Amino acid sequence: MITLDHAYIVVGLMFLAFAVLTLMDRAHPTRLRSALFWGLIAASMLVGSWIGDLGNGLLVLGLVVLAGVKKLGVGKPATTSPAEREDRAVRHGNWLFVPALIVPLAAVGGTLAAKYTAFGAWLISDTQTTLIALGLGCVIALAVAWAWLKPPATAPFQEGRRLVDSIGWAVLLPQMLASLGAVFLLSDVGGVVGELISSTVPLTTPLVAVIAYCLGMAAFTVIMGNAFAAFPVMTAAIGLPVLIHQFDGNVAIVCAIGMLAGFCGTLMTPMAANFNVVPANLLELPDRDAPLNGVIRAQIPTALIMLGINMLLMYLLAFRF
Amino acid sequence: MWVLLGVAVLVLGFVLKLNPLLVIVISALVTGLTAAWAPGVGVAELWAVAISTLEAFGKAFNDSRYFHITWLILPLIGLLEREGLQERARIVIAKARAATAGRLMLVYLVLRQITSALGLTSLGGHPQMVRPLLAPMAEGAAEADGPISEPARFRIRGMAAATDNIGLFFGEDIFIAIGSIVLMVGFLQQAGIMVEPLQLSVWAIPTAIAALVVHGIRLLMFDRRIERLDREADATPAPSSEAAQ
Repeated sequence: MITLDHAYIVVGLMFLAFAVLTLMDRAHPTRLRSALFWGLIAASMLVGSWIGDLGNGLLVLGLVVLAGVKKLGVGKPATTSPAEREDRAVRHGNWLFVPALIVPLAAVGGTLAAKYTAFGAWLISDTQTTLIALGLGCVIALAVAWAWLKPPATAPFQEGRRLVDSIGWAVLLPQMLASLGAVFLLSDVGGVVGELISSTVPLTTPLVAVIAYCLGMAAFTVIMGNAFAAFPVMTAAIGLPVLIHQFDGNVAIVCAIGMLAGFCGTLMTPMAANFNVVPANLLELPDRDAPLNGVIRAQIPTALIMLGINMLLMYLLAFRF
Repeated sequence: MWVLLGVAVLVLGFVLKLNPLLVIVISALVTGLTAAWAPGVGVAELWAVAISTLEAFGKAFNDSRYFHITWLILPLIGLLEREGLQERARIVIAKARAATAGRLMLVYLVLRQITSALGLTSLGGHPQMVRPLLAPMAEGAAEADGPISEPARFRIRGMAAATDNIGLFFGEDIFIAIGSIVLMVGFLQQAGIMVEPLQLSVWAIPTAIAALVVHGIRLLMFDRRIERLDREADATPAPSSEAAQ
């Protein structure tokens, strides 16, 4: 059976290849530091379960020192020229899209197969099934593309290194935020925030409570970069005691729309790196290092209108059903 | 109360534009230390607390390595780009004369929302779809009527990424097995309230429809905005030959 551990080995080997190729790239502006950074991520994937909690903590400190104190450079491995690409785009035709489509099809197909067929359940573990199937799809698609296009031996990893360098430190941000959330949970930050809000804002009418809950969800999400972190805090503070228990609001409506109000915050924060910073880097936007980069600025109008609409919907629906 | 200093560190780091990785680690240590601090606690105890906070962070870090599986797509996308994937997307769209950048992204928004609502969130995404396909196709559509300015090009790219995010966020919660629904069910269960995932996902539908309308209207207005941006860009640089005469 394919489990998360197998996927981690494959991911670890990929980052190891990035590290080795970076080390061999004499023209890389931050050769040693970048190679060490990708190497440490490879180590985390390959041996993370054997080095203990303190070992992992020290590994995190190492990663942060390597990438957080000074910027990592971007390598420019040899690749095809724009003219060559135009040429090959004509030659390969629309078949070029096929390997890219294998990945989502494998992710969805694998998930469904693991749920509904005996073979699928035998093949793929039932924890994080979709992610494992996605990883499997990437490997299959790469094998297909490799066999078809016959690139030079290291080309896929040189090209992968080109992309991962352009994403840079942001590859770690979701994982780091999840870890911070665990520390917040241990220290009961949520409980303290809840007490603070309920003692300072007079939540005397349903409308005020709806506005406070939705604004709180959005604001805390902006800080944490993740609506998942905001939801337990704000729902324990306002959602449950005031909206649901005091004003008798519908649980499902309050929670579902509250989460979506948090998503409006996600659209407005650079802390949500994989949604807002990674694309700005991938698309090479000139303002990608600004707190409000081009992606976030494109999202703010929709996010603000949707935040208002979510408040309105919650107010109109939650006390009626 | 002092435990909120950890949150304050996040805000401060954000304002000072420090690297978020650095800020997160400092915030975690400050949170752990302030949670344990009380009058009379010695340096040795605080040192022990700092170590145990680092251990808790390291454990959670190791437990959430699964985020990295999605990066397995990078060698594939890189290889396909090397063979002309983005150029191919441009060729395809250049043939579709009727498409404009705004209308193309509107079609993508609808598809992204529907597929996300069916649980097919991995059909889209920035490394998979936006960089190799959506952004070049939208640029190609805008360029079908002639070259576009750099500001217009970057505006289109930003909007392409924004459209992917908005379609995902306001579609995925309709699917019953998505992470946020699981989180809500689990949280409410802890609080002694039993809610079916389907109840939660049904009430995500009104917001999903509103998001489609709001962002859809913005996309329909987007083509005119790009044209205006282009005219401004044409008007500002070097004086025209007529003016020079």
